[in-house]
Amino acid sequence: MTYIKKPRIDLPGRGRNEIGLTMRDYEGGLSTLCAGCGHDSITAAIVQAFFELSTPPESVIKLSGIGCSSKTPAYFVSGAHGFNSVHGRMPSVATGAMAANRDLVCIAVSGDGDSLSIGFGQFGHVVRRNLNMLYIIENNGVYGLTKGQFSASADPGSKAKKGEVNVMQSIDPVSTAIALGGSFVARGFSGDRAQLVPLIKAGIRHRGCAVLDVISPCVTFNDHEGSTKSYAYTRENYHPAVYTDFVPPAEQIEAEQKDGEATTVTMHDGSRIKLRKADNAYDPSDRSAVMHYLEDRRTKGEVVTGLLYIDEDLPEMHAIAQTEAEPLSGRAFSDLSPGAAALAKLQKGMR
Amino acid sequence: MKRTDTSNPDYFHQVVDCQWGCPAHTDVPEYIRLIAQGRFTDAYMVNRESNVFPGILGRVCDRPCEPACRRGRIGQKPVAICRLKRVAADYREDVSDRLPVIPRQKNGKKIALVGAGCASLAVANDLMPLGYECTIFEAQSVPGGLMRYNIPAFRLPVAVLDEEINMILDMGVEIHYDHPITSMKALLDEGYDAVFVGTGAPRGKELNLPGRYDTENIHIGIDWLESVAFGHIEKIGEKVLIIGVGNTAMDCCRTSLRLGAKDVKVMARKPREFFKASDWELEDAEEEKVEIVINRSPKEFVVEDGKLKGMTFEVMEYDIDNGRITDTRITGEEFIPCDDVVLAIGQENAFPWIERDLGIEFNKWEEPAVDETTFESSLKGVFFGGDSAFGPKNIIWAVEHGHQAAISIHLYCNGLDLNDRLPDTLNLGSRKMGMHEWSYSNDFDPAARRIMNHVPLGERFKEITREVELGFDAEQTATEVERCLNCDIQTVFFDNLCIECDACLDICPTDCLTIVPNGEEVDIVASLKAPRLEKDQPLFVSDGLKQTGRVMVKDENFCVHCGLCAERCPTAAWDMQKSILGFPKAKNYVEDDSCQQRKAG
Repeated sequence: MTYIKKPRIDLPGRGRNEIGLTMRDYEGGLSTLCAGCGHDSITAAIVQAFFELSTPPESVIKLSGIGCSSKTPAYFVSGAHGFNSVHGRMPSVATGAMAANRDLVCIAVSGDGDSLSIGFGQFGHVVRRNLNMLYIIENNGVYGLTKGQFSASADPGSKAKKGEVNVMQSIDPVSTAIALGGSFVARGFSGDRAQLVPLIKAGIRHRGCAVLDVISPCVTFNDHEGSTKSYAYTRENYHPAVYTDFVPPAEQIEAEQKDGEATTVTMHDGSRIKLRKADNAYDPSDRSAVMHYLEDRRTKGEVVTGLLYIDEDLPEMHAIAQTEAEPLSGRAFSDLSPGAAALAKLQKGMR
Repeated sequence: MKRTDTSNPDYFHQVVDCQWGCPAHTDVPEYIRLIAQGRFTDAYMVNRESNVFPGILGRVCDRPCEPACRRGRIGQKPVAICRLKRVAADYREDVSDRLPVIPRQKNGKKIALVGAGCASLAVANDLMPLGYECTIFEAQSVPGGLMRYNIPAFRLPVAVLDEEINMILDMGVEIHYDHPITSMKALLDEGYDAVFVGTGAPRGKELNLPGRYDTENIHIGIDWLESVAFGHIEKIGEKVLIIGVGNTAMDCCRTSLRLGAKDVKVMARKPREFFKASDWELEDAEEEKVEIVINRSPKEFVVEDGKLKGMTFEVMEYDIDNGRITDTRITGEEFIPCDDVVLAIGQENAFPWIERDLGIEFNKWEEPAVDETTFESSLKGVFFGGDSAFGPKNIIWAVEHGHQAAISIHLYCNGLDLNDRLPDTLNLGSRKMGMHEWSYSNDFDPAARRIMNHVPLGERFKEITREVELGFDAEQTATEVERCLNCDIQTVFFDNLCIECDACLDICPTDCLTIVPNGEEVDIVASLKAPRLEKDQPLFVSDGLKQTGRVMVKDENFCVHCGLCAERCPTAAWDMQKSILGFPKAKNYVEDDSCQQRKAG
C-alpha cells in the first residue's frame, strides 16, 4: 500500500466525458492492497469503463462480500452507492437492492473464495435468477487475506508458494456459470486492459447477470513458478477466443472488418458488441459447443478469454417476476407499506 | 525504438529542468531540500560551487531556471527558485572555513584579468585555489563591475556585493583600482602567462535623432546609472521619459523615482509581448506607478533655447500573426513633454584599447572572435568571458564563462589541448529508506507560489539604497520549498525486473507511463496514455520486457516525481534515485589529491 495519496493534478488537455467528468472523478479511495496486485489493475479498468460510458456516479451501486477482492469497490467511483456485505452473501443483498430500484447500474466485485467457496450457493442462484448486474470474480487461486492457502479455483497440480501441490479439483466459474444457464459469461485477465475494458462495458450494459471471471494474479502469494494463476503463466498460456469491441448506441460500426468474420450482438439499450473470433469455429451463442471448447482447452492448460457465451434474449429477474417498470424505491412509503388493514384484506382474499 | 541511453548524463540532466536551464548548472532541487532542512549554510555552498555569487544572484539573477520549472507545465507558477537562493544567503552562517584553501606555494603562473566584474572574479575564484597568481586591473575605484554600478542599490545592497566579492579577493588576488588598461599590447608585454578580458559591455547605444546633442538632459542609461551609483548624480527632473523597455530601462525608471522624478514614463516601440524586460522587473516598476507606454517610436527630441521640452513619437500600429510582426504602420504623432530623457536601448562591448595588429581578430561589428567552448580569442593565451565575449547576457552566464575560461587558462598554462575537456558525470543513488519512505518529501503540495513582501511605497523612495524586497520569512520559505517537485530524484527503470502488472501505470497521477509494443517512434508516441505535448522533453523507452516483449515508455514532461510508481512496483523495477551531476571545473583537472586539495574541493 502507499502512504501518500495519489495527488490530484489538473493537467492541461485532460479529457472529459459526455457528462463533463474526468477519469479522476471515477476513482475512489487509496488502495491498501499489495503493490502490483491484479485487483488494482481491474479497479483501473472499471474506472476507465465507467468514465468512457459517461455513467453518472450516483446511478451506480457497487457491492461486495469479504476478501481482498471485496475491498476493491472502495477504490473506484467514490460517488456511487455501496454495500460491503457478509462473506459470500453479496448476491442476496444485490438482489434486494435491484428489486427495490431496478434503474440502478449494479456492479458487484467478488473473489474466488467469496463466490466459489462460502458463497457458491448464492453465486449459483443469482446467475439462475439472471439479476441485472455485472458480477466480477477477481480470481487469483489463493486466499490472500489469510496468507495464501489454495482456493476452490486453484488448478490441480499447481503449487503453493511454499511448494505443496494442490490435489483437489478446481471450480471454473466460467463453465459453472454457463452450466447454470448464465446469459453472459466472459473471462478476462488483469494484465490485458485492452480486452478487459470492453468486457466490463458490455457486462454493464447487458440486461441480466453478466459473469466476468478475471484472472488477477496475487503478487504476494501466487506469482511464483508452479502457479497457474501467475502473471507469467497466464501470459504464456493466454488464449483469447473472441476479441470484443463495445460500441455505444450513438456510434456507427466501422465498415471494414480486419481479420476473421465479426458477429454483432445488439443489446437492449441499442449498444452493440462486436465479436471477432480468433478461432473461426467458435460460436459464443452455441452453448454445448462452447462447453465442449472450454473443456478441450482446459485439458491443454490454456487460459481461454473473451466474451465466451452470450444470450441477450434470456429474461432478467424483473421480467421473470413481471414487476412493474417504475422502481419501487420511487414510490411513496404508504404505497409500499399500506398498513395492517390492507394486509388483513390481502390475506383474507387468499383464505 | 532502441532503449534510451540513460547513462548519458544529458538524459537525467534534462529532466531537472531548472538545472538544465541554468547556464552554470546549479543543483537547484538539492539546495532547496537543504533549505527545507534548515541547512542554509550547506545550501549556500551548493550554490556557490556553481554560481559563485548566491547572495547577489538570489536578488538579481535573470532566472532562466524559473521559466523552465516543471511546476509551470502543470498549470501553476514556477517555484520561486531565486527567492530561495536568497534565503540560503540571508540565513547562512560564516562560510570562511568552507572556502577553498589557497596554497601558500604558488605554481609560478601569473594571470592578468582585465575588469573586476563577475566574469573575472569567477576566473580568479577557480584559479586561486590551484596556486595561480591572479592580478585584476579595474578602471574604477571599487570592484564589481556592472553588478555594482548598473544594478541599483535598492535591488542589490552594497553590503551583499562587498561580502561575496571579498570572498574571492581575500583569496589573495592582487587588484589594481583606478587602473584602466589602455593598451593590450602594453599588457601583453608585461609577460603574463595568460590574459583574461572581462570588461563587459560598457557602451550604451545611442539614439541619433534631431536635437540629441542640443541639451544636457539626455542621458545614456548605463552611464547615468553608474553616475548615480557613484554619487555624481543626485537628482533628475520631475518628468522623465525612459526610452527602451529592457531590464536596464526598469532600473532607470525606478532610480529616477528615487531621485525626485514624479512622472516617469517608459516608452516602448512595440506591444507588451515583445518587451525584453523580465516580467518581475516590469511588475516591480509598475507597482511603483511607472507608466509603460506602448507603440511609440521616438522621432525627435524637442529642444527650445537649449532646454529639453519633450519628445515627439510616431504612433505605431502592428499586424501580429502568431507572435510575429507581419506589418507596421504609422498612424500619427504624439508630443510628450519631459524634463529628462534616459536612453536604455541596449549596450555593446567595445575595445578601443585593443590594438588591431596583435592577432586578436574582430568581426565587422567589432566583436572579438571567441571560441564558444574554450573562450580563447584568435591570439593564443588571450581569453574573453562575460559580456565582452558575446555581447550582453547576464551575470549567471558570465559566471559560467568564467568557469570555462578558468579551465582553458589552466590547460593553456600546462601546455595541454584546450579542447581536451573532461566529460560531465552522472551518479545515481537510491533514495529509498523503507517500504513507503523516501529520503525526500515526495508528496505533491498544491500550494501556490509565495509572493515576495516589499517595503511599502511610502517608505521606498526616502533613501535610494533602501532595499525594496524584504526576503522570504520562515513561513513563506517553508511553503515554497515544498513546492519543489524534486526533479533530480529520478525515476530509474530496471527492465529485467518488470512483470507488467500495470500498477505504476494506474497510480501515476499524470499518466506519464505507458506499456506498448515496440515500434517506430511515431507509433509509440501515438499510443501514449497522455498526449505528448512537449517534443523537447525526454522520452524514455525501455528494452523489451521479459513476459511480453513490449516496452515501458515514459514521457518525462508531466512527471511530478511523487515516487508512486516506485512505491506501487512489487518488484522494485522502478526506483527513485538522486541524480548527482558533475560539471568539471578547473580544480577537477588537477590530479593532485593531497589532503589539502580534497579540503579545497
